[in-house]
Amino acid sequence: MKNAKFLILGIFFGIVLIKAEVVSWFRIQEMFLFDSFHMYGVIGSAIFVGAISIQLIKRFNINSFEGDPIVLNPKKMLKVGNITGGIFFGIGWALTGACPGPLFALTGAGYTIMIMAILGATMGTMTYGLLKKYLPH
Amino acid sequence: MDFLFSPWPWYVSGPLIGLMVPGLLYLGNKSFGVSSTLRSVCSICTPINEDFYRKDDWKKDAWNLVFIFGVLIGGFIAGQFLSNNDAIQLGEKTVERLSSFGISNFNTLLPQEIFNWDEVFSLRTIIMTVVGGFFIGFGARYGGGCTSGHAIMGLSNLQLPSLIAVIGFFIGGLFMTYFVLPTILTL
Repeated sequence: MKNAKFLILGIFFGIVLIKAEVVSWFRIQEMFLFDSFHMYGVIGSAIFVGAISIQLIKRFNINSFEGDPIVLNPKKMLKVGNITGGIFFGIGWALTGACPGPLFALTGAGYTIMIMAILGATMGTMTYGLLKKYLPH
Repeated sequence: MDFLFSPWPWYVSGPLIGLMVPGLLYLGNKSFGVSSTLRSVCSICTPINEDFYRKDDWKKDAWNLVFIFGVLIGGFIAGQFLSNNDAIQLGEKTVERLSSFGISNFNTLLPQEIFNWDEVFSLRTIIMTVVGGFFIGFGARYGGGCTSGHAIMGLSNLQLPSLIAVIGFFIGGLFMTYFVLPTILTL
């Protein structure tokens, strides 16, 4: 039951992803071709709402629902990793037209072929785990 | 009720996605980020006890498995009950360009010529699903996050590493779109 809230948030996120069409391979092409404002509007306004929320949480020291102070982990600065990993990710994003969340939303929406991409992504994650100690970060 | 069934404009869906940030922080004290789920999947199914995904790590990250299961259900609900099956209103340049690579069906979220089980053994489909997925999984962990963790959560929290990663997303995506995809699409 402790995890029920995550299930509900996930369902909400999945619905929005499909209805926003940000899961569409066509929309991602359109974004990389700078042919429409749609994706930039979605991502930009999402960041806007997220940033204001975080500022409010910080300003008013808002505690979580369970009463604990909210923890904001800073992202680790990697000299090589952030940019190189980002480029790899971008290549995958343009190929599949989806990122991790949309892969699952699409599968649920009936585009079950995306299971192949989830399989690939799991293999990629696993490969990174095996190669981690040899890679420059 | 019409608005539920037609696609939602960016100024509705973007802020709703943004609400995931305070939603997860307030309700669960968790930072928004989907790609770490893939690590949990690795912890569960790998026989290797590497540092990166110890066998029992997934238990403390079990929330993200529940979350992603929710995303799957959400996709199902939206696909089954909230769709009007209208074609996506794409930019002309995109339609023209993709048509020149032989894509003719713009009626569903994904080009049916490629993302279709009948094509699962064709080189083009394998590259655009399995290989593309591999890049996503590998890149997300190497770079420390994906679109949700870096672009939305990270940038909302004004994180420089996230800005660098997002620039990387675009370098990789633009390179693929302009220089490599034309070849792959015409395979």
